[in-house]
Amino acid sequence: MTLIETMAGVPEGSRLGQALKARAEILRLSEAAHDAVLVPREPGGLSHGLRAALAARMCRHVGDAALTAHYESYLAHSHDLDVVALAEPGGACGNALDDAMARHADLLTLSPREATRQDIETLKAAGVSEADIVRLSELAAFVNYQLRVVAGLKLLKAVEAR
Amino acid sequence: MSKVVHTFTAAIPTWSPYVTPVELASATPEQLAAMKVTPSNKGVSPYVLTLAHDPESLEVRSPLFNMIMYGKDGLSSAERELGALSASIVNRCIYCTAVHASRFIGLTGQNDVVEDIFADERDATLETRQQALFDFATKLSTTPIEATADDALKLANAGLSELEQLDIVLSAAIFGWANRLMHTLGEPRA
Repeated sequence: MTLIETMAGVPEGSRLGQALKARAEILRLSEAAHDAVLVPREPGGLSHGLRAALAARMCRHVGDAALTAHYESYLAHSHDLDVVALAEPGGACGNALDDAMARHADLLTLSPREATRQDIETLKAAGVSEADIVRLSELAAFVNYQLRVVAGLKLLKAVEAR
Repeated sequence: MSKVVHTFTAAIPTWSPYVTPVELASATPEQLAAMKVTPSNKGVSPYVLTLAHDPESLEVRSPLFNMIMYGKDGLSSAERELGALSASIVNRCIYCTAVHASRFIGLTGQNDVVEDIFADERDATLETRQQALFDFATKLSTTPIEATADDALKLANAGLSELEQLDIVLSAAIFGWANRLMHTLGEPRA
């Protein structure tokens, strides 16, 4: 079972469960995308620990406790103690690069519509490389996708159960 | 000299990145594979060249995006475009909005629906089924997520099957992803 299915908890025998079966390849690719942004072979300037911490932070912003716990467990396994504080909204770790990336993850989660060229310039000025800016954006974009698929499925499940 | 586009339009602008795209000539084999560059396909957009900085993500996202937006059964293409449009309005991605408004019009001929959405954004008044899709998809796109079981019930009441309901979740969510790249890594120019 993929992470999205585990989180949504849709009964297999329900009509929504059958619909998920018809979209099995989409769920499989969503899981592959999770692995590509959380534990990539080439992490660049975003360690696996930092990625898990930022993912947990974004899940807290949206209020999904189960997904937060999932990313907290990735963070614990990374043994990266330096970035633990970033898993909480408002948390900072004292490393200018990582803190700038955490603030950008906040922006992409809370108010992406407000993002401008200046926000990318701020990251560059903090020393974040262009490749890392793209890696960070993909991480934040994926986590927000996953949060919405899970939230949407839970709502559809609740309606079918009525 | 082109100018940055700040208002919703169905005329597709160009997209100009804030970061330096990967250069095709110096791309790694992994980046070329993720961009699907072959000897017969060398036309790669600045957007894809920008995302090639993270080839592991790009390689998975492209087929995922295509499967969600262009799958054969389930929700109609036009209604998937409406899902894309809904998220893009909430996230104010001018470029994504233009592309998917234009596709919606191409599939339905309903210029008036797009004009209403551009004028009133999330307050747009649409016919019952489109309203249910638009309201659910926009409310799923906000942070915090505003969609409720009552919004989902309106999908069922409008006659959407479970597969169609799943497809509107997926098309709105994948644009939560696309908007966060396109709108934040570059700007639309015309």
